[in-house]
Amino acid sequence: MNDSHTVPSGLRLRVYQLLVLLALFGLWWGLTASAILPPFFFGEPLRVLVRIGEWFASGDIYPHLGVTLIETVLAFAFGTGLGLAVGLWLALSPTAAVLADPYIKAANAMPRVILAPIFAVWFGLGIGSKVALGITLVFFIVFFNVYQGIREVSPVVLANARMLGAGRRQLLRHVYLPSAMSWVFSSLHTSVGMAFVGAVVGEYLGSAKGVGYLILQAEGSFDINTVFAGILVLTACALLLDGLVSQVERRLLAWQPGQGNTEKI
Amino acid sequence: MSDCALSFAAVSAAFAAPGGGRYTAVAGVDLDVAQGEFVCVVGPTGCGKSTLLNMAAGLLQPSAGQVRVFGQPLDGLNRHAGYMFQADSLMPWKSAIDNVMAGLIFRGTSPVEAREQARYWLQRVGLAQHADRYPHQLSGGMKKRVALAQMLILDPRIILMDEPFSALDIQTRQLMENELLDLWSADRKSVLFITHDLEEAIALSDRVVVLSAGPASHPIGEFAIGLPRPRDVAEIRLTPHFVELHGRIWGAMKEEVLKGYAQSQGMARASGGRHE
Ligand SMILES: Nc1ncnc2c1ncn2[C@@H]1O[C@H](COP(=O)(O)OP(=O)(O)O)[C@@H](O)[C@H]1O
Ligand SMILES: [Mg+2]
Repeated sequence: MNDSHTVPSGLRLRVYQLLVLLALFGLWWGLTASAILPPFFFGEPLRVLVRIGEWFASGDIYPHLGVTLIETVLAFAFGTGLGLAVGLWLALSPTAAVLADPYIKAANAMPRVILAPIFAVWFGLGIGSKVALGITLVFFIVFFNVYQGIREVSPVVLANARMLGAGRRQLLRHVYLPSAMSWVFSSLHTSVGMAFVGAVVGEYLGSAKGVGYLILQAEGSFDINTVFAGILVLTACALLLDGLVSQVERRLLAWQPGQGNTEKI
Repeated sequence: MSDCALSFAAVSAAFAAPGGGRYTAVAGVDLDVAQGEFVCVVGPTGCGKSTLLNMAAGLLQPSAGQVRVFGQPLDGLNRHAGYMFQADSLMPWKSAIDNVMAGLIFRGTSPVEAREQARYWLQRVGLAQHADRYPHQLSGGMKKRVALAQMLILDPRIILMDEPFSALDIQTRQLMENELLDLWSADRKSVLFITHDLEEAIALSDRVVVLSAGPASHPIGEFAIGLPRPRDVAEIRLTPHFVELHGRIWGAMKEEVLKGYAQSQGMARASGGRHE
C-alpha cells in the first residue's frame, strides 16, 4: 500500500501534473513528426498550438466561445430550476409521484441526444435548440438528486422543526430545501458538465456559431489541426467551469462535514 | 384534573407489525404530570417510552384513550410542549445560533430580536463562543446544549425529554444533568423525562414511574423521590436515602428488565416480531 506521506501534494503535485502534460505532448509530437502516426489524421501539436494562439490573438474565438458558454449557463440555470421545482413537487406529493413514476423513468432512459434534431426544428439553429438539449440533460440529474434529498431528510430533524412551530412553508424553506440543495450541489460537477455537453453536441449537430460549430467546419475541410485545437479549447473551458463549481461548492456547503477537518498547528 | 399539565387517560398505542397483524406497544396508560413537577419514566429498552412521549407531543395519535394538556384534550401538535429528542435533531445546515433562533423565526419574531435572544440562551448553556459553528463541528455534549437552548428559548410550559443524555459520557452527562436542574429550578416547568437509567431518574426527578416490559407496556409502580433540592447529581448518588430508593425501585424493575431482555433475545432468534 502507498504510504500517504509519499503522495505529492500542493505545488509539487502541480509541477508533476504539468510534466505529465508535457510528456504527452512530447509523445504526440514525436510520433507525428517521425510520421509513425500520419499527421494528416493525428494532427501536428505545434500547429495545433499555433492555431489556438491565432484564435486568441486575433480574437476570432471569442464570439464562438461566448455563444457556447451562454448556452451552457442558460441550460444549467433552467435545467437546475426546473429539476428543483419538479423534484420538490413530486417528493412532497406522493400521488403525483406514483403517477409520474413510469414517465420519469422512460424519459430518463431515453438517449436524449436524439432529441437534438427535433429541437433544431422547433427552436431553430440558434442558441434555443442547444439550451433545450442541455436542459433535458441537466434536468434529470438535478431532479433525481432533489427527490433523493427530500426523501433523506431525517425524520427526527423534521419532527423537531415541527415541534418548534414550523408550518408547511417553513418546513419547505428551512428543512426540505436546504437538504435538497446539498444533494443538488453535490451533483453540480455532473450537471455543469452535462450543460456543456448539451451545448457542444447541439452545435456540432447543426448551428452557425460556437466552438462545436468550428470543429464541425474544420472536419468538413479535413483540417485536423483545427479540430484538435477546438477540442483542447473545449477541454480547458470544461476544466475552468469545474474549478468554478468547486469554489461555489466550498462556500455553500460549509455546513457539511468534510474530510480535511483538522487544522495543522 | 385541571391542575395537571399533562395527563394520559387509558392511553394505548398499537402499530402495524412488519409481518402483518398489530403490535401493541403501550396499553392502558394512566399517568399525570402536575404543574411544576419533574417526572421520570423508566423502563426496559423497547417497552414504549418514546411512543408515550410522542403521544404527549402530539406527533403520534393514541390508538385508544386520551392525552390532555392543561385539562384540554390534545388535538394535533402540543403547542405548550418543548421536545428534546434522543437522536440528533439539530438542522445540520444551520449554525448553532441559527438553530437556537429557529423556533422564534417560525413563530414570526423578527430576526434581529430572535438573534439577540438566541445569543442570551447560548450563553446560558455555555456556548457563547461557539455560536457560528455548525452541528458537525460541535461535540455530542455541545449539540445537546444547543438542543436544550433551542427548546428553552420558546419558553414551553411542558418539557418532554427522551433519553436526552444517553449518548454522552458519564462526566458530561452529570454536568448536563446539573445544568438542567439549574435551569429547571429557575422557573419550575412541568417535565416528563424518559430514561432507561434508574440512577439518572432518581437523581433528577420528583417522581419515578416504572414501565413494564412490552408488549402492552404500562406503569407498574410509582415512587415519590423526596430527596432535598437543590441537588448535585454526582453527590446525591452517595447518600443513604438515594441508595435506599434505588434498592426499592430496582426491586420493582428488575423482573421487567429481565423480561424485556429475554424478549429481545427471543425476537432476535426468531427474527420476527411478536404479534398479538
Ligand atoms: N412506527 C412504528 N411502527 C411499528 N412499530 C413501532 C413504531 N414505533 C415503535 N414501534 C415499536 O414499539 C415498541 C416501543 O418502541 P419505543 O417507544 O421506541 O421504545 P423505547 O423508547 O422504550 O425504547 C418497540 O417494540 C418498537 O418496535
Ligand atoms: Mg426510545
